[in-house]
Amino acid sequence: MALPSYATPVQRTYYYTYLFFCAVVFFFLVAPLMAIIPISFSVSPFMVFTDEMLTWPPDPDAWSLRWYKNMIGNCSADVVSSTVPCSDKWVTGTINSFFIGFVATFIATALGTLAALGLSRPHMPYKGLIMAILISPMIVPLIITAAGMFFFYARINLVYSFTGIILAHVALATPFVVITVTATLVGFDMNMVKASQSLGAKPLRTFFKIIMPLILPGVISGALFAFITSFDEVVIVMFMASLDQLTIPKQMWAGIRQEISPVILCMATCLVVLSIFLLTTVELLRRRSEKLRGITAR
Amino acid sequence: MPIGDMLLRSVDDSQINTVFPNTFNEYKKWDKKKDELPPEEVYKALFEELAYGEKIQVGRALTRMNYSKSGWKSLIKKTSREIKKIVKKNEFPDSYKNFLIETNEKWADPTYWYAVGQMVNTKTPIYYYNAIDRTYDENQNVVQQIENRRVYVQTWIKTFKVSVYVTFFCLILGFPVAHLLANLPLRYSNLLMIFVLLPFWTSLLVRTTAWIIMLQQNGVINGILVWLGVISEDGRIQMVYNETGTLIAMTQILLPFMILPLYSVMRVIPKSHMRAAQNLGAKPALAFWKVYLPQTIPGMSAGGLLVFVLAIGYFITPELVGGKDGKLIGSWIAYHLKTTLNWGLCAALGAILLGIMLVFYWLYNKIVGIDNIKLG
Repeated sequence: MALPSYATPVQRTYYYTYLFFCAVVFFFLVAPLMAIIPISFSVSPFMVFTDEMLTWPPDPDAWSLRWYKNMIGNCSADVVSSTVPCSDKWVTGTINSFFIGFVATFIATALGTLAALGLSRPHMPYKGLIMAILISPMIVPLIITAAGMFFFYARINLVYSFTGIILAHVALATPFVVITVTATLVGFDMNMVKASQSLGAKPLRTFFKIIMPLILPGVISGALFAFITSFDEVVIVMFMASLDQLTIPKQMWAGIRQEISPVILCMATCLVVLSIFLLTTVELLRRRSEKLRGITAR
Repeated sequence: MPIGDMLLRSVDDSQINTVFPNTFNEYKKWDKKKDELPPEEVYKALFEELAYGEKIQVGRALTRMNYSKSGWKSLIKKTSREIKKIVKKNEFPDSYKNFLIETNEKWADPTYWYAVGQMVNTKTPIYYYNAIDRTYDENQNVVQQIENRRVYVQTWIKTFKVSVYVTFFCLILGFPVAHLLANLPLRYSNLLMIFVLLPFWTSLLVRTTAWIIMLQQNGVINGILVWLGVISEDGRIQMVYNETGTLIAMTQILLPFMILPLYSVMRVIPKSHMRAAQNLGAKPALAFWKVYLPQTIPGMSAGGLLVFVLAIGYFITPELVGGKDGKLIGSWIAYHLKTTLNWGLCAALGAILLGIMLVFYWLYNKIVGIDNIKLG
């Protein structure tokens, strides 16, 4: 990609402008996320870079963990500030979010994997149509899905229940599993299934011993996508959860609408860390899967 | 299935028909050309149905009646109080028509009765008309909503405008980055890819919060500008809670959806094509324009459509960052679903949006193929 040595000055200028432009875009993509991390450790409740924070060497009085303590429900005197309410809502929200996320991920992964296996058969009828329907929750705006589900659930009495939220999240998350597993199955050699069956294995045994280990990377990254979808989902929760069914996004939404407190930034920092973790896992899995299938690099 | 239910809702008008079945039946027999006011039977049926109707059901029906002409709700409430009074005493008027007109002279006003005409059928397109700022006049013609109630057409236009801008900015910003990523050696590009994927994986709300922090009046960007001396201390720019904020935040949030499809297309374009073009005497700019760009069109259309489709239905970011004038159509859907409980209108807005989406979805499927979506 480097410039050849015979490049003209004009070409050089173009090239460096281009590089600079790319750098700016990368900065634009990541800077907001990085900016909130230091602010969440600030003492001040105003969510700005205070002058004390910018001095070098660091001033220990400008930094603190007080908002983090607030987030985990520690409401002792040194933590509470007049403008920032303190409650155990964040803890409840976290527990609910993880609960809904795990159950929804489990169901979505099971359904999505089966759907992908079925769809990858060569003689599947109406393949395109089924695929389009399965993927549609990803494309249709959330607000429409949420409105539709709200009306539908109101008829069958599922509004304001965990079951309702989980089912809605399953519908949203399944497409991600279908897509990732289908991608893994592209390099899957169907002869292996035939071989295992000719050696006397029942279909179930074939599935667990042959198919499953090979598509596992795809299944896991699909599951992670499903989890983050459910974990991050706010629109459906907003319409379908009752007041005490808090989740992290719902709590954040409420916080941002009223008044942004530094506690929200603490939670945001935690979520950024979580997403870095998930991103790394998926990336590693993808490479492993490609190695397994003998496809060198992308 | 839920979406089908929603579509039904958008034309459904049966609830009110279960409350006033006889009134509406009699109403249909009324010959508007012959008599100025409906005949006695209509008043009688209405009287009875108000006297014995279930309170909750009547209440809901009243809300619906108010959509077609404001003033209905208070009129019926007052009247039904009077009716209940005399029903308790077991007295019945000789002429229901005269009685109702005596209790409230509005019953002699034919415009109220004309408004009933919109409701006598169980299916109605009224919500769709409302969704594009149209309503019925007295003679059941479709006309524009009065000036200060026209909000939706404006919002639809704004939604389109914002989506087009966001798509355009994403393309401008995304194209060079995708090009760089596709042409760097794998080792570096994988590293830089993290910059694209990290925002993609981070919670939407986190990114929205981050933008509010960055853009607010005493926020990071204003702080830097003041520090650099570009603007003065009291000249801090209002960048959030308006359309600018929505545009900036949405562009950043949707940018990965543009870069990823572009990247996957650019990766498979052989580098030798550019070299061959230059070898044949084309200047780099011409070679790029004639050889490279046409080959990226599938990527650009895929990314563009994806970003546009996502932007048009966006709700969270405009709602939080947009403030008053940044509201898009999604906010109205949520508003009618949660606050005014005008579910018919909510469903109609949703259905129109869905229709637009389906057109683009179909296009996307034609151009890219739906099973070619890749993640990460």
